[in-house]
Amino acid sequence: MTTPSHRLSARPLAIYPAAMLLVFFLIPFGIMVVVSFFHRVEGAFFEPAFEFANYARFLSPFFGKILATSIGLSAAAAVIGVVVAFPFTYFLTTMPRRQQTVILVFLLSVLSLSEVIIGFAWSTLLSRTAGVSNLLVWIGILDGPQAYTPSLTALLLGLCYLGFPYAVLVIYPALSRLDPELPEAARMSGASPVAAFFNVIIPVMRNTIVGTLILVFVFTLGAYLLPQVLGRPQHWTLSVHITDQAIFQSNLPFSAAMAVFLLLVSLALVGITMLLSQPKGQRS
Amino acid sequence: MTAWIKRLFVAAVLIFLAAPVVVVAGVSLNEPKRLLFPPQGLSLNWYVELFQQKDWLNALSNSVIVAVFASLLAVSIALPLALYIWGRTGLFARALFGLGVAPFMLPPVITALGFLVFWITIGLYGQMLATVVSHGVFLVTLPLVTISLGLQLVDRQLIEAAETMGADRRMVFRTVILPMIRPYMVSGFAFAFVLSLNEYIIAYMVAGFTVETLPIKIFNSLRYGYTPVMASVAILFVLIAMTVFGLIARFGDLPRLLGAWSPDRE
Repeated sequence: MTTPSHRLSARPLAIYPAAMLLVFFLIPFGIMVVVSFFHRVEGAFFEPAFEFANYARFLSPFFGKILATSIGLSAAAAVIGVVVAFPFTYFLTTMPRRQQTVILVFLLSVLSLSEVIIGFAWSTLLSRTAGVSNLLVWIGILDGPQAYTPSLTALLLGLCYLGFPYAVLVIYPALSRLDPELPEAARMSGASPVAAFFNVIIPVMRNTIVGTLILVFVFTLGAYLLPQVLGRPQHWTLSVHITDQAIFQSNLPFSAAMAVFLLLVSLALVGITMLLSQPKGQRS
Repeated sequence: MTAWIKRLFVAAVLIFLAAPVVVVAGVSLNEPKRLLFPPQGLSLNWYVELFQQKDWLNALSNSVIVAVFASLLAVSIALPLALYIWGRTGLFARALFGLGVAPFMLPPVITALGFLVFWITIGLYGQMLATVVSHGVFLVTLPLVTISLGLQLVDRQLIEAAETMGADRRMVFRTVILPMIRPYMVSGFAFAFVLSLNEYIIAYMVAGFTVETLPIKIFNSLRYGYTPVMASVAILFVLIAMTVFGLIARFGDLPRLLGAWSPDRE
C-alpha cells in the first residue's frame, strides 16, 4: 500500500472509533480478567480479592470432563465440516458466477441464522412428530416414528450444520483466487481430475485447510445453545457452563476464569491461523 | 461422469442445508397448534399470531429496534476507522484494525461475559441501551471489512485530480470517496442488521430478563413447549436474511465482497 503525501484521512478520525473500542471492548475484557481473580459471594455478585481459587478449579475432574467434551465435539465438527466444505467450495468456484452468487446467498442466510433457530429446526427435523423418521416409516424402513434428539449424534449434526457455511466462506477466497491453470496443467500432463484434486490442489491449499480447521474449531467452540437443545446435560460444553455459572449459579468469578481460559486458547489458535495465512506469493 | 458426481455432491449438501428449513416451513403452516410434518391443513395463523400476540410482537419490536440502532452504531464506528486505516501501515493503524475485527473472531460467549461484567459495573445492566451498544461494538467487524474493501477500489488519481482542482479534504470525501463507498456502507449495515436480529448470547447475557428479543423469546418458549409461532419466526428470519443478501447480490458483487477476485478487474 502506498502512503501518499496527502493522506485523505486526518489523524483525529481515529479518536472516536478508538475510544469506542477502548471503552466498550477492551475495558470490559479488562474487568472480566480482574473479576476472574475475585472472590465469589453467595447471593451477591462478587467481592474484590486476588485469589487463584477460580483457576484452581480447572484441575478438578468436573472441569476436565467439560473441556474434553468441548474439544472432542468441536474437533469432530471442524473435521467433518472441512472435509465436506473443501470439495464443495472447489466445485462452487468452478461454477458460473451467477450460480455461485445464488448458492452464496443461501449459505450466508444459513450462516446468519440464530443458533436458537438452528437448534429448534434440527430438533423438529429429528423429532417424532415431524421428523425424518416419518419419512423412513413411509418408505418402509422403520415400523414406527422415532425421536433422535436429544443425543450426541443430533448435537454433532447441529454443530456441523453450524460450522459448514462458515468453513465454505473461509475457504472460498483462497480457492476462487487459485490459478485456474494449475489443475489444467496437471490434467494436461495426464493426471485425472481426481488425481489433480488430491495431488495438486490439496497440497497447494494445505495452509488454508489447516487454518480453516482451526477457525471452524474456534467457531463451534462458541456454540452455546445447540448443546442445550440437541444434547444431554453431559454434552454441555465450556460455553454453556460459562453462561450457566454466570447467570444461574451466580458465580461470576468462576465463569470469568473459564472465559479467560477460552479467550487465551482462542487467541492462540487464531494467532496460528494468521501466521499460516501470511501471504506467500498470494495476495493478502 | 465427474460432472455428474460433482452435481450430485453439491445437490446433496444443499439438501442437507435446506432440510431443517423445509421442515420448519412445513410446521409453520399447520392448522392445529402442534408441530406436525407434513402439516395438517394449511393456514397462516401462526404468522398472524406473531403480529397479534402481545408478547411476540413486543419481542419483534425489541429485536428490530436493537438491530437498527446497533447497526447504525457499528457503521458509525467502522467508517472513520476504515478511513483512518486506509493507506496507513503503522503499528497503531494495524492494532486498531485488529481491535475492530477481534470481537467477531472470538467465541461470542467471551465477549458476552465481558459486556455483562461491564454493564453490571457501570450500572446499566438490563437496559436496552446496553444491548444496543454491545451489539454495535460486537458487529463493527462487518462494516469495517466491507468499507475497507470499498476503499481499496477508490482510484487515487481521481482524488489527486479533485485536489488539483482545489477541492479540500471534506469536499473530496463528499464528492469522490463517499459515492464510491456508499454501497459498501449499506451492505455493511445490512450484514450487521441481519446478524443483530439473530444474535442470542450477548443480548441474553446483557439484558435477557428485561429486553426480550426474538431469539431469546424463542429459546424461552422452547422450554415451555413448542408452538408453531416459533416456526413462523424462524421462517421470517430466513426470508429476511435471503432478501437482504439477495439484494446485496443483485446490486453488488457478492463473490467479490466475500473475497473472490472480480472478473472485470485484472
